[in-house]
Amino acid sequence: MAGAAVLGRLSWLLAELVETVRETPRVVSLVLDVPGWAGHRPGQHVDVRLTAEDGYQAQRSYSLAAPAAGERLVITVEQLEDGEVSPFLVEELRPGERFELRGPIGGYFVWDGAADGPLQLVAGGSGIAPLMAMLRHRAEAAVDVPATLLYSSRTLEDVIYREELGRLAEGDSALTVAHTLTRAQPDGWEGYARRIDGEMLREVLGPPDSGATTFVCGPTRFVEVAADGLVGLGYDPSRVRTERFGPSGR
Amino acid sequence: MSFITRGFRGRREPGDSGRIPPGQYETHDFPVLSAGPTPHTPLESWSFTISEGGEELARWSWDEFRALPSETVTKDIHCVTKWSKLDTTWEGVSVDTLLDGIETGAAYVTAWCDGGYTTNLPLEDVTGGKAWVAFSYDGEPLDPEHGGPARLLVPHLYFWKSAKWVRGLRLMDEDEPGFWESLGYHLYGDPWREQRYWGD
Amino acid sequence: MKLDGNAIGGLLGEIFVEELTIARSTCGSCGAVREVGALSVYAQAPGAVVRCPDCDAVLLRIVRSESRIWLELQGVSCLELRAPGV
Repeated sequence: MAGAAVLGRLSWLLAELVETVRETPRVVSLVLDVPGWAGHRPGQHVDVRLTAEDGYQAQRSYSLAAPAAGERLVITVEQLEDGEVSPFLVEELRPGERFELRGPIGGYFVWDGAADGPLQLVAGGSGIAPLMAMLRHRAEAAVDVPATLLYSSRTLEDVIYREELGRLAEGDSALTVAHTLTRAQPDGWEGYARRIDGEMLREVLGPPDSGATTFVCGPTRFVEVAADGLVGLGYDPSRVRTERFGPSGR
Repeated sequence: MSFITRGFRGRREPGDSGRIPPGQYETHDFPVLSAGPTPHTPLESWSFTISEGGEELARWSWDEFRALPSETVTKDIHCVTKWSKLDTTWEGVSVDTLLDGIETGAAYVTAWCDGGYTTNLPLEDVTGGKAWVAFSYDGEPLDPEHGGPARLLVPHLYFWKSAKWVRGLRLMDEDEPGFWESLGYHLYGDPWREQRYWGD
Repeated sequence: MKLDGNAIGGLLGEIFVEELTIARSTCGSCGAVREVGALSVYAQAPGAVVRCPDCDAVLLRIVRSESRIWLELQGVSCLELRAPGV
C-alpha cells in the first residue's frame, strides 16, 4: 500500500453525518463516518453524490480537511448563495443521515511528508481545506519539516480554522502562518491587507528553494494569480502544484 | 438505483411541462459550458465564410456581416446537460440570408469555430428559418463567454449544436461527426426525442 | 472555467484501474510531459476536455452518459502509468 495513492477502483460508499461544525458564517465542516473507508493521504478529495427521489443527481468534489483517521472523514463546505449541493449539505442534512461518497481521489495534489524539503502552502478562501489536512497531518505525525502558509480571506471572520492555525503556529517555531484580508481588516490589524501578489509571495515564502514543494488551492482566478506570481519569482513550475476550485457543472 | 438522499431536491423548478423536453429541467441561469479557453478574435480579423469542397463561396467581414439584415427571435434552448431555458432573446442574421444565392447539392454542413470546435448538421436544419448566426443575447452584444462576437443558434436541437465563436459553415456531402458527435453525442440531437448519445 | 487534472480524478477512476492523476502524459502537439494532475481541465461541458497547459492542444476527452463512457486519447502521444500494485 505504501506509495499507492488510490487503492484500486473507486466505488460509492455511504457516508453518515456525525456532526456539523460551524467554522465561519458561510462555512461548516462535516464530520462523517464512512464504513469501508480504507484511508487517504493529505490533499486528496472525495466526490459526493446526492440523488433526489425522482432520480435527479448532482455531484460535487470536496477536499478532505483532516488526515486519515480510520473511517472518520472531515470535509469543509462553503455554502454558495446559488448553490445546489452546498445549501443542502450545510442546512438540510441532519446527523445520522447518509449520502453517497467515493474516494480518495487525487495522487497529484498530495503531501504526507515522505518527500524531503520544506512545505509551502498558498490558500484562497475555502482552498485552505486540503492544505489544512496537510498541516494537521504534519502536526499529528510530528513531521520535522519547516512549513509556511499564506492564507487569503475576505475578512477576519471568514478565516476558516483561525484559532487552530493560531495554536499550531504558536506551538511550532518551524511553522509560519501569514494572513491577508482582502476586503476589510479589524482595527490594529498587522497582517497583509490586499490581494496576493508577487511581492507578498516573496516576503512570505521566500525565494525559490530547490527543495520546497508549494501547493496552491482556491478559486481558479486566485490560483492563476498565485501560480503565475510564483513562476515569476523563479519557482520551478514542476514544484508548484495547483488545485483550482470551480463549478464542476455535474 | 443510487441511494436516495433524504430531502435533496436540487435547484429545479416545476416548469411549464409542455415546453420542457423529456429529461430536462428548467433553469433561470445561463450556465457557461466550455471545452477550452475563450477565444478573443479582434473584430478587425473576424470573418464569416461559407465554403464547399475547399472553395470559398462567400465571405463577410464583421462590418459586412453586421450590415446584413438581422432579426430578433425569442426561443427556448435545451442543453444536453439537462437544463432548459425558456424565452431567450437573440438577435442575429438568419442562415437563410447567409446562404442566399448559393447553389449547392450538399445535404450537410459543418460549423467550424475559433478554438477548433466543430459541429455537424443537416442543411435543412439550418435553413427555412431554423438557424441564425447570433451576435446579441438579451439585448446586449454577445459575451465572449457565451460565444461572442457571434455564435450559431439552432434552438430546435440540443444546444451543443449552437456552436460558440462560429466562423463559418462548410457545405458537405457527408454528415461528418463534429467535436462532440465523434465522442458519443448523437449525430442529430433532437431534444424532443431525447437524442443525447449514439444509439438513442 | 479551467480546473486541474485532479478535478476529474473521480471520473478517471471509473476508467483506469490505477490513479491516473500521477500518470505522465506527453502532448502530441508540443511534446510537453506533465503529470495528468497538472493538465488543464474544462469539465463544465457536455464532456470533460483535458488540454495541454503549455499549448492548449486537446489531449483527452471523456463523455459519460448514465450507462456508457467514451474516451479519446488522440492528443496524447504517450501515457506513462505506474504498474498496478507498485
